[in-house]
Amino acid sequence: MSQLWIIANVTFREAARRKILWTALLGAAAFLSLFATGLHFQVSDAHFARIAPVLRAQILSSILQIGFYAIDMLAVLMTVLTSVDAISGEIASSTIHAVATKPVHRWQLLLGKWLGFAAMIAAYVALGVGGVVAIGHFVARTAMRGSLPGAAFIYLECLLVLTLTFLFGTIFSTLTNGVMVLGLHGIAFIGGWLEQIGAVTQSERLLNLGILSSVIMPSEAIWRRASYIMQSSVARTLDLSPFASRSAPSAAMMLYAVGYLIVGLCLALHRFDQRDL
Amino acid sequence: MATDLAIETTGLRKTFGSKVAVGGLSLRVRRGEIFGFLGPNGAGKSTSVKMLLGLVKPTGGHAQILGCSSENVEVRRQVGFLPEDFRFYDWLTASELLSLHARLSGLSLAQVRERVPAYLDLVGLTPNRDRRLRGFSKGMMQRIGLAQALIHEPELVFLDEPTSGLDPMGRHLVRDIIRRERKRGATVFLNSHLLSEVEITCDTVVFIKQGEVVGTRDLRSSPEGEIHVSVRAHNLGQEILPGLEQWANSAQILDDHLTFSTDSIDFLPEILRYLVTSHVDVFEFTPQRLSLEEAFLKIMGQDAGL
Repeated sequence: MSQLWIIANVTFREAARRKILWTALLGAAAFLSLFATGLHFQVSDAHFARIAPVLRAQILSSILQIGFYAIDMLAVLMTVLTSVDAISGEIASSTIHAVATKPVHRWQLLLGKWLGFAAMIAAYVALGVGGVVAIGHFVARTAMRGSLPGAAFIYLECLLVLTLTFLFGTIFSTLTNGVMVLGLHGIAFIGGWLEQIGAVTQSERLLNLGILSSVIMPSEAIWRRASYIMQSSVARTLDLSPFASRSAPSAAMMLYAVGYLIVGLCLALHRFDQRDL
Repeated sequence: MATDLAIETTGLRKTFGSKVAVGGLSLRVRRGEIFGFLGPNGAGKSTSVKMLLGLVKPTGGHAQILGCSSENVEVRRQVGFLPEDFRFYDWLTASELLSLHARLSGLSLAQVRERVPAYLDLVGLTPNRDRRLRGFSKGMMQRIGLAQALIHEPELVFLDEPTSGLDPMGRHLVRDIIRRERKRGATVFLNSHLLSEVEITCDTVVFIKQGEVVGTRDLRSSPEGEIHVSVRAHNLGQEILPGLEQWANSAQILDDHLTFSTDSIDFLPEILRYLVTSHVDVFEFTPQRLSLEEAFLKIMGQDAGL
């Protein structure tokens, strides 16, 4: 097992040095600065102070929701862009040969890399979500309900995307891998909106189309679950933010997403074990 | 399983779709031997080495290294490998890279602490131990790659073009290291295009073409190799050729010139005596040793490497 942790450790250090991670961190910092400034302007606005406290809380909650949405989007993009060549790139450059010829099982090599990236993503999500929560607390004296399970769902979404990137990395070239994962996430994103609209217009066909897209790629469904549990029941009714969820994907869908991740990881391990390096 | 063979393959085969990369490789490499693996570009050398190291799955045949299947992960504790174009994460320092590979090879922390400075010294990189790989030249990368292949003192070492990118001092260092490995009792499997290097380093060489062995040369028992002889003489008749066959191969007469090859320098006086007693008037008798490079070209043909 020690080989697994050695690989996880070196992968974490390798991932943490990638320029794209630092670019994503800068992007997150720029966003958080803008977000903090905007929130400050809102709470210090004289007109805002005259709004009824209940409604004021919901508006603040919706602004925080936008913050979480942006962090979720940045985290997913960062996950894909940093890990897209973790397998295919190292095979193409032959970097993997020096490690794969050591007394290391293929599963240890792949899982170690996955764990290294998972640790790096955990740090990113913690920083991003922590930043939004801190800004909410210090600038607007408001707290988002369910932000901890919300962060856990955002992390689950990133892990799902990471797993798909690893799976496709064992099959396709780096470029094809990136296009496929982002394409699937795009399907999930569009499907999520169709499902939301279907919930508003009570269109069963739109709802089913959204569910089908979530079955194909459940990443957006995980975000909508995260978004839903972070909203108050009043905010759900008022529907103040386009980034919030009117309908929550079911617990069964979340179990499906976890199963999807596990099956994807098992397929990646199997495929990596069988392929030529 | 105890065996005196470090490597044994039987009909090892690899195809990529309809393309045959290795057609049926059968090899036997003795333990403690320095073994040269020669062939033109596209002969299947790299694919063969990758199959022996478990990087590529064979389509057919069997391969054993140190008595175990080539797919056995545990046997790799006793195997070292220098890839042709060694590269790794360039933010690591030379010391960190060696520590990482030593730990992956299963060495204890105490062994790692002891061997990292020793192997940096062996490859002449002690002054660069804390330098990041991104600042290394190709030659320095080869040296650090060599160190990572040897740091766990394996029984079997695969060196793929170890002198690639090295200056004459570096090539001399590689020769010294291979001799050191021989003294240690290790088997070295050397894949190199520099035939002059192979000639002075290896005990045995095999020539492969389209993934099959097409020639073997034992450089230890007959270091002189094949001898090519050119004779200028009068009275050369075709009737002398059958008599020459007991010592010579591929004898040919063209006007006043006779050419043939022989396997041993000891045959030359007898051949000359035979020609004189056959009433041939010899004016010149010029033996030339066939270098490994000439042998390579002869075995591979003029289309080698296309």
